[in-house]
Amino acid sequence: MTNSSYMIELRDVTHAYKTKAGPLPVLDRLDMAVPENSFCAVVGPSGCGKSTLTRLVSGLMRPNTGEVWLHGKKVTSPRPTVGMAFQNPVLLEWRTILQNILLPMEIVKSPMSKAQATERAHHLLDLVGLTGFAEKRPSELSGGMRQRASLCRSIIHKPDVLILDEPFGALDAFTREDLWCTMHDLRREEPFTCLLITHDLRESVFLADQVVVMSGRPAHAQFVLDVDLPGPRTLDDLYGPRAVSMLATLRHQIQVAQGRATEGDAPADDHTERTRAQA
Amino acid sequence: MNDTLRKILAPTLFIVGILAVWEWAVWYHQLPDYRMASPSDLIPRYIRFWDLFLIKSWETLWRTVAGLSLAVVFGTLVGMIMGFSRFAREGLYPILVGFNAIPKATVVPIVALMFVGQHDFNTILIAFIISFFPIAVSVSIGLSTLEPEYRDILRSLGASNVTIFWKIALPKTLPEFFGALKVAVTLAFIGTNLMEIVSPHGRGLGDLFDSGRINADYPLMFAVLFALAALGILLFYFVVFLERIFAGWAERSPG
Repeated sequence: MTNSSYMIELRDVTHAYKTKAGPLPVLDRLDMAVPENSFCAVVGPSGCGKSTLTRLVSGLMRPNTGEVWLHGKKVTSPRPTVGMAFQNPVLLEWRTILQNILLPMEIVKSPMSKAQATERAHHLLDLVGLTGFAEKRPSELSGGMRQRASLCRSIIHKPDVLILDEPFGALDAFTREDLWCTMHDLRREEPFTCLLITHDLRESVFLADQVVVMSGRPAHAQFVLDVDLPGPRTLDDLYGPRAVSMLATLRHQIQVAQGRATEGDAPADDHTERTRAQA
Repeated sequence: MNDTLRKILAPTLFIVGILAVWEWAVWYHQLPDYRMASPSDLIPRYIRFWDLFLIKSWETLWRTVAGLSLAVVFGTLVGMIMGFSRFAREGLYPILVGFNAIPKATVVPIVALMFVGQHDFNTILIAFIISFFPIAVSVSIGLSTLEPEYRDILRSLGASNVTIFWKIALPKTLPEFFGALKVAVTLAFIGTNLMEIVSPHGRGLGDLFDSGRINADYPLMFAVLFALAALGILLFYFVVFLERIFAGWAERSPG
């Protein structure tokens, strides 16, 4: 029973953490589906289980009940077809940037030879604007540059799925916008399915094809927004009427998730009819 | 000032300065050498007993290094167990702390009785016991404080725990390990000399110190202290040298 039209699929996923005060439910009957080569952003109130979601999709953790499917296969353990990047770029200080980027190649069996991988690493460095930094140490790079290097590492082994857990969260506004554009560049170069966890609504609208709003804990998919901004997107699009109305919708949904508004009093705009709420 | 020049010149200047003040103080107060020997009293002792100094230094040095090496192997092992298993950490920690709190001078006679006549073994054992603690603790702390993202970055690709240990946990712990090793070096010397002095068996610089005491040759006792200091410095900087090679990345370049 595979459904190959979706790259990532979560079916009825429920998960709780064990704590001293008893089980802490984080996900409650979460359903989600991300088509191949599309970009899905997940937003929601803090502590709603967004990072749990990344750990489930990457296979680092298994849900209590429900199923996670990746490329038509049920996820039971980590798999090398996944790339990950976190808010903390976690570069290994004792390695050069190039060696850091090549790290996954030491774990994953890949048809690429070492020379090919190195060539690819240099190419990715060029793409993210780190030309000439291959032999530098992480300590010589700024926060934004480290995050760029971390992005290169996460896709060096050509993963089918890239999981990003707030990778731009700790960066300043300008660097963040720069990196958004870099993300678009990377995906133009080689398409991959992307799951982005973020707190930034503008980021979700600028980058994603669909934005999933998670409810408060225990979380389910409260609302899915299809972002229909035509590509190639520019930062200016974020200030156009369409984006503004989508952002208003998302902001309202977040307030609903936080319990500060109800579904009824949605902002009046022409966008609501193009979105669908999940049952 | 030139960097290498300063690195040699600064300590030399300070050593010469301290020796000069010392020499002057002894001369000024007209202290007899059984109360305070002066640096100039030491030189004749080194000249007279140079062969003894070389032999005894070697005995002290190799036994210290042997004890320290054991401490590195077993300290790292225990540190690894404590770093990876919370159960083992919580179980072993109080025992380690309690063991470390025992003054080692009291352990020496016990060890000397336990293994009568095994002088080299006893000495190495004390050096090992005394220098084991900081290494085990630092390795365990280094491993247990490894940020989960570091683990996840490899685990999400399907890497085994062994791979994660070799590629990330071990190198990341090296700076802490070398920090502890620098402390352990001097501790190991203390251990060796405790055994040599508290349980005399005719070996090591401790023995030379003891014969100075018995023969009322006070300048000789001072001369031994200086030889010990020199050995300590030697071994310490050897560790620094190793640290530069294996954990040089942790050193921030100035500026």
